[in-house]
Amino acid sequence: MNTANSELTALLNQNYQHGFVSAIEADALPPGLSEDTVRAISFKKNEPAFMLAWRLKAYRHWLTMTEPVWAHVAYPPIDYQHIVYYSAPKVKPTLNSLDEVDPELLRVYEKLGISLNEQKKLSNVAVDAVFDSISVATTFKDKLLSMGVIFCSFSEAVQKYPELVQQYLGSIVPYTDNFFAALNAAVFSDGSFVYIPKGVRCPMELSTYFRINAASTGQFERTLIIADDDAYVSYLEGCTAPMRDENQLHAAVVEIIALDRATVKYSTVQNWYPGDKDGKGGIYNFVTKRGACRGVKAKISWTQVETGSAITWKYPSVVLQGDDSVGEFYSVAVTNNYQQADTGTKMIHIGKNTSSTIISKGISAGFGQNAYRGLVRINPGATHARNYTQCDSLLMGDRCGAHTFPYIEVKNSTAQVEHEATTSKIGADQLFFCQQRGLSAEDAVNLIVNGFCREVFRELPMEFAVEAQKLLGVSLEGSVG
Amino acid sequence: MLTIKDLHAAVDNKAILQGLNLTIHPGEVHAIMGPNGSGKSTLGNVLAGRDGYDISGTVTYQHQDLLSLAPEVRAQAGLFLAFQYPIEIPGVSNIYLLKAALNAKRKAQGLPEVDAMDFLNSVKEKIKAVDLDQDFLYRSVNEGFSGGEKKRNELLQMLILEPSMIILDETDSGLDIDALKVVADGVNSLRSPERSFMVITHYQRLLDYIVPDFVHVLANGKIVASGGKELALKLEAQGYGWLDNA
Ligand SMILES: Nc1ncnc2c1ncn2[C@@H]1O[C@H](COP(=O)(O)OP(=O)(O)OP(=O)(O)O)[C@@H](O)[C@H]1O
Ligand SMILES: [Mg+2]
Repeated sequence: MNTANSELTALLNQNYQHGFVSAIEADALPPGLSEDTVRAISFKKNEPAFMLAWRLKAYRHWLTMTEPVWAHVAYPPIDYQHIVYYSAPKVKPTLNSLDEVDPELLRVYEKLGISLNEQKKLSNVAVDAVFDSISVATTFKDKLLSMGVIFCSFSEAVQKYPELVQQYLGSIVPYTDNFFAALNAAVFSDGSFVYIPKGVRCPMELSTYFRINAASTGQFERTLIIADDDAYVSYLEGCTAPMRDENQLHAAVVEIIALDRATVKYSTVQNWYPGDKDGKGGIYNFVTKRGACRGVKAKISWTQVETGSAITWKYPSVVLQGDDSVGEFYSVAVTNNYQQADTGTKMIHIGKNTSSTIISKGISAGFGQNAYRGLVRINPGATHARNYTQCDSLLMGDRCGAHTFPYIEVKNSTAQVEHEATTSKIGADQLFFCQQRGLSAEDAVNLIVNGFCREVFRELPMEFAVEAQKLLGVSLEGSVG
Repeated sequence: MLTIKDLHAAVDNKAILQGLNLTIHPGEVHAIMGPNGSGKSTLGNVLAGRDGYDISGTVTYQHQDLLSLAPEVRAQAGLFLAFQYPIEIPGVSNIYLLKAALNAKRKAQGLPEVDAMDFLNSVKEKIKAVDLDQDFLYRSVNEGFSGGEKKRNELLQMLILEPSMIILDETDSGLDIDALKVVADGVNSLRSPERSFMVITHYQRLLDYIVPDFVHVLANGKIVASGGKELALKLEAQGYGWLDNA
């Protein structure tokens, strides 16, 4: 239309900065999925019998299911026989320290800006890095173990803490839950495991970086976090993938259990490759995340900044079982070019005096489609339950779309449920005003978008808020003030 | 300071400015009056670099070809427009915007970022001058501000940025009489031999407080009459009708 818009377009077309492919030798299964694939994965991971039995049940159940079609997204059929279900970098099977990690792998993480060496030395963040299917290194493990905190790869947990895994695995997201959860249960190859014992406040942020590297590879990781009575933990997940012309599937499952008075904060900065500006390539991010406040006064808080993926399909949810338990969902989802996002949350109120807060910020640019889908259910027994939902959409340009699908089911008359929704456009007026005050168009867009997301960004741990703003900057333009 | 020659501006083939000439020297205050829709705000917008106009003519600002500069470059070079309808930016605190704006200007001048403490002190001083409460610093830019508060906020930005060429587009409209004095005091405190003002207004009473060196009447996209302060009095008494016959 005019120069402000063409500048905007140029800014929006900045490239994905994590699109490199690393030449790392991989130990992979051939593409395709069958009972043999499931057995092979379980065998490679040297799993106990209960794991294989569970995987096989999941696989057989998956065969009876069909892909969900209700989401506001469109994509060609996925050929599940074309996907590689297991790909591990060829390194020594067990790693005791970072020194044993393939140096090329470490360079990859450095390119990502998360040098493990650095992390280890400088920061108060323990990092578990999942590269394709395998968890390669967990920093700070010893320090955490001395407090009784277990933070390790899922495979290691299966070997070392099988009783915890068996007790909780699938207890929140059973394999019967949905198509992708079933697939994940059958073929997941690794992920992270966290256990915080009674009364322990985890002294540092726990962090996992996921990276899909190999071609035609699906990533199916699984995270299980258990916070025992009076425990506290803050957990961050970050993700990137190389640029490839074909779509790659990421179907993860995250389960969180919070017992009496425990608090779990789970923050995600999702930056999977979104595809190019014409919509070619990119990750299909079909993820099931759910937490259960099992105990009284338990609290689970999801914060997500979703900037990547060709398609995002995820609804981090909280089941509020314990009386006085609290669920929170803070979300920023950006769709640019031909990205599609259908994301939101479910808050299921079961216990008395349970409360939940939902703040969702959707930003659409280019031809991006952004849908908020949220369920608030107040069960008959949930007296004096409260929910507050605020759902804001920001449109940049006039070829993108924002959609809101709130579902509210109230079965107890003492409940208080509030829902607010707004849709606004980054106006030429706002941009011009900022430029008239001396800011470049790029800085102006950043300032406006950052302001729009403020309520969510302030929920992120300090270290990551900056990173999230940067990412938002990259997916929309430059750096967010 | 500012020389405008034969300036034309059109939107969608609709001519708005139609051969406007005006020269403003350093230290001068020029009042621009004129009927609704005559092109006053358009003049301010075109000078500040708003996009969407087809423009011809020349504008020289401090020896530079103003029309070739990006809007932010004009701003960094000291051109300031107080908007007739100030813009809201939800979620961005006023103080954050003020600091970003000041630092953008300092960066363009090759100066380091402003010291956080110095900045805070100076903002607190200046917000008093526009008679706004300090809370306004931490509220989102103009969000939920009353009409008058928005206008004062524009003045606060002006006081912080200390521009050289200041265009006030009806900053006095919708203000009570006390606020009018606040505007006038703000402007008068900045008046200096190096600084110039273009004051767009409908009301001669503002000019009792900000005494202009020149008054111009803009009609149909051109300056149709110019004079001293007495011209404003005549307009107040007789309206614009007599100009049609002039
Ligand atoms: N973007 C635009 N598209 C169409 N017409 C426009 C546009 N901008 C200005 N105009 C028209 O140009 C004319 C001049 O507008 P402008 O806002 O400059 O007037 P003004 O002198 O500031 O009026 P007022 O005293 O009411 O503020 C008006 O008729 C207006 O409708
Ligand atoms: Mg006007």
